[in-house]
Amino acid sequence: MTRLSGGLIDRDRKLSFTFDGQVYYGHAGDTLASALLANDVRLVGRSFKYHRPRGIFSAGSEEPNALVELRSGARQEPNTRATVAELFDGLEARSQNRMGPLNRDLLAVNDLMSPFFAAGFYYKTFMWPRAFWEKLYEPAIRKAAGLGSLSMQADPDHYDKGFLHCDLLVIGGGAAGLAAALTAARAGAQVVLADEDSRLGGRLLAETLQLDDAPATEWIAALEAEFASLPNLRVMRRTTVFGVYDHGVYGAVERVADHLTTPGAGVRQTLWRITAKRAVLAAGATERHIPFANNDRPGIMLAGALRAYANRWAVCPARRVAIFTNNDDGHRTARDLIAKGVEVAGVIDSRKGVHPQGSYPLFDGAVVSDSRGRLGLTRIEITRDGDSQWIDCGALGVAGGWNPNVHLTAHHRGRPIWDPEALAFVPGADGPAGLIAAGAAAGRGELAAALADGATRAAQALADLGLAARLPDLPRAEASPAGQAAFWHVPGKKRAWVDMQNDVTVKDIVLAHKENMRPVEHLKRWTTLGMATDQGKTANVSALAVMAELTGQSIPATGTTIFRPPYTPVALSVLGGGDTGRHFRPHRLTPTHHWAEARGAVFTEVGQWMRAQYFPQAGETHWRQSVDREVLAVRVGVGLCDVTTLGKVDVQGADAAAFLDRLYANTISTLKVGRVRYGLMLREDGFAYDDGTVARMAEDHFVVTTTTANAGLVYRQMEFARQCLWPDLDVQLISTTDAWAQIAVAGPQSRALLERVVDTADLSNAGFPFMACAELSICNGLRARLFRISFSGELAYEVAVPARYGHALMQRLMELGEDLGATPYGTEALGVLRIEKGHAAGNELNGHSTAAMLGLGRMVSAKKDAIGALMSRREGLAADRRRLVGLVPETRSGKVTAGAHLFTDGAEQTMETDQGWITSAAYSPHVGSMIGLGFLENGDAREGEILIAANPLEGESQRLRVVSPHFVDPEGGRLRV
Amino acid sequence: MLIPHPLLGPRDAQEFTYLGDAMMIDRPDGLAEGAEAAFCDYVFQRDNPAGLHRELWFHEQGDRSWLVVTRNTVTHEILGAELARDVALARRATDTPADQGDAQ
Repeated sequence: MTRLSGGLIDRDRKLSFTFDGQVYYGHAGDTLASALLANDVRLVGRSFKYHRPRGIFSAGSEEPNALVELRSGARQEPNTRATVAELFDGLEARSQNRMGPLNRDLLAVNDLMSPFFAAGFYYKTFMWPRAFWEKLYEPAIRKAAGLGSLSMQADPDHYDKGFLHCDLLVIGGGAAGLAAALTAARAGAQVVLADEDSRLGGRLLAETLQLDDAPATEWIAALEAEFASLPNLRVMRRTTVFGVYDHGVYGAVERVADHLTTPGAGVRQTLWRITAKRAVLAAGATERHIPFANNDRPGIMLAGALRAYANRWAVCPARRVAIFTNNDDGHRTARDLIAKGVEVAGVIDSRKGVHPQGSYPLFDGAVVSDSRGRLGLTRIEITRDGDSQWIDCGALGVAGGWNPNVHLTAHHRGRPIWDPEALAFVPGADGPAGLIAAGAAAGRGELAAALADGATRAAQALADLGLAARLPDLPRAEASPAGQAAFWHVPGKKRAWVDMQNDVTVKDIVLAHKENMRPVEHLKRWTTLGMATDQGKTANVSALAVMAELTGQSIPATGTTIFRPPYTPVALSVLGGGDTGRHFRPHRLTPTHHWAEARGAVFTEVGQWMRAQYFPQAGETHWRQSVDREVLAVRVGVGLCDVTTLGKVDVQGADAAAFLDRLYANTISTLKVGRVRYGLMLREDGFAYDDGTVARMAEDHFVVTTTTANAGLVYRQMEFARQCLWPDLDVQLISTTDAWAQIAVAGPQSRALLERVVDTADLSNAGFPFMACAELSICNGLRARLFRISFSGELAYEVAVPARYGHALMQRLMELGEDLGATPYGTEALGVLRIEKGHAAGNELNGHSTAAMLGLGRMVSAKKDAIGALMSRREGLAADRRRLVGLVPETRSGKVTAGAHLFTDGAEQTMETDQGWITSAAYSPHVGSMIGLGFLENGDAREGEILIAANPLEGESQRLRVVSPHFVDPEGGRLRV
Repeated sequence: MLIPHPLLGPRDAQEFTYLGDAMMIDRPDGLAEGAEAAFCDYVFQRDNPAGLHRELWFHEQGDRSWLVVTRNTVTHEILGAELARDVALARRATDTPADQGDAQ
């Protein structure tokens, strides 16, 4: 096929591309679909279920058939509609859903077995045996029926997200949208105009209709020039507004680089969140077809698409074409094709008594009743008054009328309403607030009406916002009447396709009706009508009409389908907006991160934080060697650990102590200035929530800490308590987690080391005893906070300095402590040390444990009201007799596995005999074996007992002895020296 | 969604975290007679209205104020937002339950 004359392609720019490995050429301005047609490729894919040969059906985003895989390697992209894929040089495309070559698809045998694949066949055929579903039926069906395949590689491209705010968002850049944008932008409003196509004009680009006696493209060009001069108007091409969300928020995808040979240089696509005070929906209309027998052959397409290919892209799928119509619009296609030199073999009009509008044979009161052509249309059967005849044609345009694109008006469950004049569903009054449909999307698609409607609706939207807009002088438009009659499908015995993509035929709808799947929602699920990538854009209304005919009800009484976002498929990558991999969530670095990195630390993620896990030294080949060394260094010398990540909240005010009394289960108000107390928080339902330390820096000033994981949540809870529960207390809160770097200095030599950095303070045991705190200065005048607290069970401190000094302080402590054996330790050693000491952490404070289980029951004061205190005493919680215990293997080399469940020695191992479970386990270099912590029924009275720790998942069973959870210094003498 | 913050104007809902029914402002007195029954209701019982709902939102990515937002759970229309602290203080002054009362 040679090109027709004219069109909006750039004939000076030739582009090469491949389809199924064959090299073809097209021009700039082509879509993959138009370029394939220009190369006489009509067969582009196989249908979903029956593997019927399929061609290009439409010229836009509604395409049900022409789904292809684009590109290769990691960029392979399945299910791309050839009708909206812009051609670029080097484009690679492949057909999908076939076994073997496209023209000899082995699975075409499915078509012969179609009686077995009728509506609901999944539910009927593959019921039993039940076990076969997962192993046999589903994999087989998935392989045979389906769409494209994934590359199984990570997406190499970049995606972005952006935010826009405007007075008016105009969705669609056709006649109505352009008039709306012009009206609003000239009035000075902030306007965003978004269109899914690569160039503005919408349907005008596909028509020969004149504006002011000149081609419409001239008017568009003049508008674009004016648009470029208006700073308050943002024109977004290749941008699909895919959804309406609450409060005037619209989701849009801009395909920034999909049309480039190499999309990897910049951003591939951008997800836009557009907040618009008002929006005009000028999304146009989608043509519908008229189902008849064997109406799915390549070469049979929407008449408006046939016209678009001829006018915009200068291609036609055949030299000799026919038109099947129920309206005047079909005749316009015939006229336009003849003007391009295409032979029109006939216009078959279901209306009786109509006259030809050009020089072509007219069959009035007739229908197309069948077609032939194995891999592409060759003949059609025309039936009039019971007489049939076959005529030759290579393409057939079907014009069944136009459905307004009401999709976005239904995104908030608004129901389209039936317009008996337009014979279509138009937007209802219950659409999203602030969204007004205009032009063809509102059922006013005739060109002059669409232009006027766009301008009027924009002015109306601005008037709502108190902005006055003058209606612009609009060009005089050539008339384009529709003259439609209701005619929905050609009855017959053979299969007539309603939904091309899902292989749903009129017969399937008849069957669904017989089986009482009559409500629209049942019809959809029973037949799969309207599912998958096109969401039934060319099928839904026709299916409703067929069902209406079967039930004898009107179309509106039969129902309507509503739509959910997205309007067209949106890639998950762009919904992620680039927040993948390292960018999935923020990474927080501790003040000593770079110092630790330079020492070769291995890092682990704790919440958003990157924390040093351990610091391997030369010669250490296993992490355990490093961790054991770090643990022992703390027990005999001094270790340094960055504990900045613990949440820190500054609490100030005259009522600060009273406030903390209500927040913590234990009493805080009796704490003396300069002292620290362990604090336990409960949830309001009585379970343990979080723990930390409370330091009283002054009468009205406390510094409290939280666990790393709960830092944000506890702060939120504290603000809730302050603002909502006790607003009359004089107390202020601020999170200072990031403001202070905090370093744990732990071990028998910690005092000796700290004495080398503090300026004047007395750190002797009497001068600064266990659980003391102070604000002081170190390193010649740097303000710091010092807390004598211990997580390891050793003599220990935590020293805090403004965050920017954290790195330097760590360096200084390491230098000054060299002779004392100063050793950095990471979270792994920290964990071992706290298990050795029997301190609860996240594994124990997991939302299922009570204060009593943790051995802290007596801390919950009954003398005051605090969050969760009362509920912690309720029946059930108070009756829980599980207690925290220590566990060691009966033989030194035995294993302790966290998560294993505990059973009495010799007892049957069932849910009923379960005695508890192991929460934490580690190898203890201090004990010389593995150790564990766990919750055990009556655990406080079972010391010395041998238990069985069962790990049935891995077939493990270990004999463990119950011991005190304090493996190190149970009396606490080391803390107090 | 946009939340009309009484101090900061309309803010994107993504800046907020949601808690639930504003009745949580009405915490019972834990030392009162029969407090356990009151707490069981307070902790576990919630209405689930189709229509107007007064609920607590925390402006976590903003000024850290807790708001009482009046929202229509059917349409997601937001009819107003108040500082929860103001609601709580008014509640003390007038004894009006926090889940009732007018939106601003």
